[in-house]
Amino acid sequence: MKRVQFEHSAVPYLFVAPQILIISIFFLWPAAQAVYQSFLLEDAFGMSSQFVWFRNFEDVLSSSSWMRSAIFTVVFSVSVSVLSIAISLFLAVRADEVVRGAKTYKTLLMWGYAIAPPVAGLLGNMLFNPLMGDLYMALNSFGFEFNHIENPNDAAFIVILIAVWKQVSVNFIFFLSGLQGIPKSIQEAATLDCKSAERRFWTITFPLLAPTTFFLLVINLTYAFFETFGIIDVSTKGAPGGSTATLVYKVYVDGFLGADLGGSSAQSVLLMIMVSVLTVFQFRFIERKVHY
Amino acid sequence: MYQSKWRILTNHAILILGALFMIMPVWIAFASSTHTREFLFQNGLQLWPGGHFFENYGAILFDASATKGRVTALEMLFNSMVLGLGFAIGKVIISMMAAYAIVYFRFKLAVPLFWVVFSTLLLPLEVRIVPSYEVVAGLGLLNSYTGLILPLIASATGTFFFRQFYRSVPDELLEAARLDGAGPLRFFIDILVPLSVTMISAIFIIMFVVGWNQYLWPLLMTTDDQLYTIVIGIKQVYNSLYEGGQIPQFPKAFALTIMATIPPVLVVVVFQRMFVKGLVETEK
Repeated sequence: MKRVQFEHSAVPYLFVAPQILIISIFFLWPAAQAVYQSFLLEDAFGMSSQFVWFRNFEDVLSSSSWMRSAIFTVVFSVSVSVLSIAISLFLAVRADEVVRGAKTYKTLLMWGYAIAPPVAGLLGNMLFNPLMGDLYMALNSFGFEFNHIENPNDAAFIVILIAVWKQVSVNFIFFLSGLQGIPKSIQEAATLDCKSAERRFWTITFPLLAPTTFFLLVINLTYAFFETFGIIDVSTKGAPGGSTATLVYKVYVDGFLGADLGGSSAQSVLLMIMVSVLTVFQFRFIERKVHY
Repeated sequence: MYQSKWRILTNHAILILGALFMIMPVWIAFASSTHTREFLFQNGLQLWPGGHFFENYGAILFDASATKGRVTALEMLFNSMVLGLGFAIGKVIISMMAAYAIVYFRFKLAVPLFWVVFSTLLLPLEVRIVPSYEVVAGLGLLNSYTGLILPLIASATGTFFFRQFYRSVPDELLEAARLDGAGPLRFFIDILVPLSVTMISAIFIIMFVVGWNQYLWPLLMTTDDQLYTIVIGIKQVYNSLYEGGQIPQFPKAFALTIMATIPPVLVVVVFQRMFVKGLVETEK
């Protein structure tokens, strides 16, 4: 907070009013509804509902489809985060070293930020289309017997590939600016001491990038949790048999398509708790920052 | 700095491969969008553009039947523009004001209000999607621009960016302004807003792209074709690809995909410096 502040009775309230108003109507109210509905059980026609305490939560946590979705979400989020961070770090290190064409490379690698997740999903879907997809045919001509329509692992592979493709550019932007923030004198000193570029990377550059990497890990996990909705909805739709449905996608499927309000709300509340933990973790980290 | 010939060579090779990895899917979509559907159906996806660019793009831009709905791609682009701009403008204005109150004023409810704003970060729209839909439906805002934009603005990311920025503005400015007799409103409009221009533009660009690319919310909200954004339009065209026993309209689906991608990509590339600065500085 500022040392010097205005002391005024009405003005600050007028300034926060629009935001608080929108938050109350479109955030607090729905969030409260979600919590309330998670304790209700509706009959099949949605005519009456009954207060059932934690039964919806018990049902959700004991259902095998939710557990399967939870496991997929974890595997999916970790794979997407690790892969996209690794690829973009690799590219950023090279882009930082290059002299000729540096600007062009940077532009060519960062524009992907602007692609909408469903657009990425659609492109992936087309490339793996059994009728005409180039990648589908290529994989099968190498004898992989690739079939994402029936094989859950192949479907998971596609969703992960698309999600990684979409995320590389964001990570690249952060890594490149992190690398450019490392003083040239440190890099030059390291070059004098050690000829091996690979060793220099692991002993000097990577530790200096640790805060960026950690920050990106959190950002990527959040991305894999929520923003991949569009990718999944346009590529696999959670098929085959819900094996590629993340928890967020499942909330949508059960709540909107399945009209199971209580169960869907209970899932929402469970997600809220998970995200809260993740966010608090992130903020504690950002407030402290990593010292090197 | 010393670099071996080999290292320079591999650097370029790796970066070119990386760039191809990013570009190829979109390029294939573009090349394929310029062929006839019969040709695509027989020969698969294409690497080189064909001769039907104007025919395919013209049909989807101006002829509603080409997009399988009652709306042309031009109208969808307009809706996306309204969503992108409305979202960005709304978010910038609202969060600038809220952050100003939180940083520059001492008032009773400052701390609780800050926590209310903070709590929105815990719950993305995707998580509370069903009750949000019910609230908006209850207010009669389905199929309206208001209902489309306002719920998306409810998250507080922008407020945090501005809060960080205001805290880095030197205190002396406020002291000087007060000595000169400036009130809170004058200080905000004449000093703080002009100081924030770079920050505002950077956040505006990021928010425009985020707004343009919204998917889940517009998908649920807009049951009326007239309000489809181009991102939603893609999904609709895609869903009806296999209908009617005809040869699928792949070229038009691709053309729509390309049109949905060009505007946000242009914005990001043209304002690259500002965009990168905004992204890297605000999220830290």
